[in-house]
Amino acid sequence: MRDEKGNGLFDPYETEQQEWKKQQVKERSKQLLTIISPILILLIWEICSRTGILDIRFFPPPSAIVSTFFELATNGLLWTHVSVSLYRIAAGFLLGVIPGVVIGLLMGLYAPIRHFISPIVMALMPIPTLALLPIIIIFFGIGDFSKIVTIAGSVFFPVVINTVAGVLSIEKVHLDVAKNYGASPKDFFFKIAFPGALPVMLEGIQMGQAIALLTIVAAEMMGATSGIGYLIWTSYKAFMLKEMFVGLILISFFGFLFSLLLRGLQKKIVPWR
Amino acid sequence: MSNDVKISIEDLTKVFYKKNNSVTAFKNVSLEVKEGEFVCLVGPSGCGKTTLLRILAGLEHPSSGQFTIAADSDFRPLQSMVFQEKGVIPWLTVEENVAFGLNMRHLPKEFIRKQTDIYLKKVGLRNFSKLYPNELSGGMKQRISIARAFANDPEILLMDEPFAALDEQNKFILQEELLSIWSETKKTVLFITHSIDEALLLSDRIVLMSAHPGKIVNEIKVPIPRPRTMEQVRANAEMAEQFIAIWNHLQQEVQRSRG
Ligand SMILES: Nc1ncnc2c1ncn2[C@@H]1O[C@H](COP(=O)(O)OP(=O)(O)OP(=O)(O)O)[C@@H](O)[C@H]1O
Ligand SMILES: [Mg+2]
Repeated sequence: MRDEKGNGLFDPYETEQQEWKKQQVKERSKQLLTIISPILILLIWEICSRTGILDIRFFPPPSAIVSTFFELATNGLLWTHVSVSLYRIAAGFLLGVIPGVVIGLLMGLYAPIRHFISPIVMALMPIPTLALLPIIIIFFGIGDFSKIVTIAGSVFFPVVINTVAGVLSIEKVHLDVAKNYGASPKDFFFKIAFPGALPVMLEGIQMGQAIALLTIVAAEMMGATSGIGYLIWTSYKAFMLKEMFVGLILISFFGFLFSLLLRGLQKKIVPWR
Repeated sequence: MSNDVKISIEDLTKVFYKKNNSVTAFKNVSLEVKEGEFVCLVGPSGCGKTTLLRILAGLEHPSSGQFTIAADSDFRPLQSMVFQEKGVIPWLTVEENVAFGLNMRHLPKEFIRKQTDIYLKKVGLRNFSKLYPNELSGGMKQRISIARAFANDPEILLMDEPFAALDEQNKFILQEELLSIWSETKKTVLFITHSIDEALLLSDRIVLMSAHPGKIVNEIKVPIPRPRTMEQVRANAEMAEQFIAIWNHLQQEVQRSRG
């Protein structure tokens, strides 16, 4: 009231700017906390295993694991394991996600299909795909394809369920609009059901990604001659725990990376949120 | 004379059947709307206005009776509906929303672009064409809905309380915009509203309904010359009388449904 031009104290822009700066500091400290927590754990681990609080045979210090990582990396063996696993994850992931999305959309859009397929999905879902691995290996051999099928099998379920939920979450009025304006079944599928279900669908895909990593390690431990899971398993059996930890940390790293990638992708392909 | 009847509804009845009780939304409704006429449907809540419109829109089936919408051209769709605010599709941009009907009909790209542009301009959304609806106000969203329906160039337009969720000022502006677009295109419009003011301002004829079961009880001609303003409508003595008559009717209906 007193001063339109503002003497600094009452200038609304100034006040908001201060507020904004405070917000920025808060944001940055949040980011800092996110980075600090894993570092802190590694630091405590390092100290504990060096001072003997942790048994160094079972918990080698992170610094030793890092130097083992570089040894393995330079002799080239690590990359074959990593690239084999990444290939299986990518192929299995796609082989699970694509049918999951298509079948999920069909189930969401067409009630008869939904009621027909739902019981099958519900009956199969509780069976861990890993428990079927022996059968899968009989059918598809011990090579890449059996691993890919195993991953696809476990990725499929969260994707299909979330896609159906996504379609069912579309507001009825949007379906009415599409019907009123004469959308063909194809347009219904691609212009309404797919984008409308996308936000919920992506949550299922995010979940599928995590499951793919869990599955690959276990599948490679049980029946494989290469891959990160194989590396972990053989190192463990030979009591080479530093090598085993390299494998474990690689898996954790890729899980983190994929989550970030998917979240970034989410912002890109759901711009209307 | 009868060949310029655009919408003809004959003895239409709609019953919603449920296990124990069935609801008669409306019974034996007959109505004719002339080519280029603007008709407002006014009635108490639950008298079946929305249901009637949804039947005309092909979103619901009548239980008995029939209706016809006269088609002048094979090219045009029979009808397009202006839904309430939430009818704007959130994952399509403003432009894509306005082009929606044309895209669904798979018309030539160049034609769609031009037609969309014309109606974006008419409703003043040209600078917002690339935005998503959630970045816009309620009034702007409703402009999208109106532009989408008109751009589709249907034989008739159906509107279900399109301005009900808007504040007075926005409602005013949009009513005027609607009237100006309507007077250019001379479309046949069937418009539902709860506002008697709105009905008097917009329509050539008001169709008054009763509830339980829904039926048409009266028709009121609105002979005020166009273009109209709210001031003219308010100043018109005959219309003031009509206002009170409609008001009393609605009041009685509400009392009756309570009692
Ligand atoms: N899908 C439905 N299933 C069962 N009953 C319904 C359904 N749709 C509407 N009804 C019933 O039909 C009657 C008419 O409903 P309608 O929505 O057409 O009324 P309305 O005149 O549009 O009311 P309002 O002014 O409140 O919008 C109501 O009694 C309502 O409960
Ligand atoms: Mg209604």
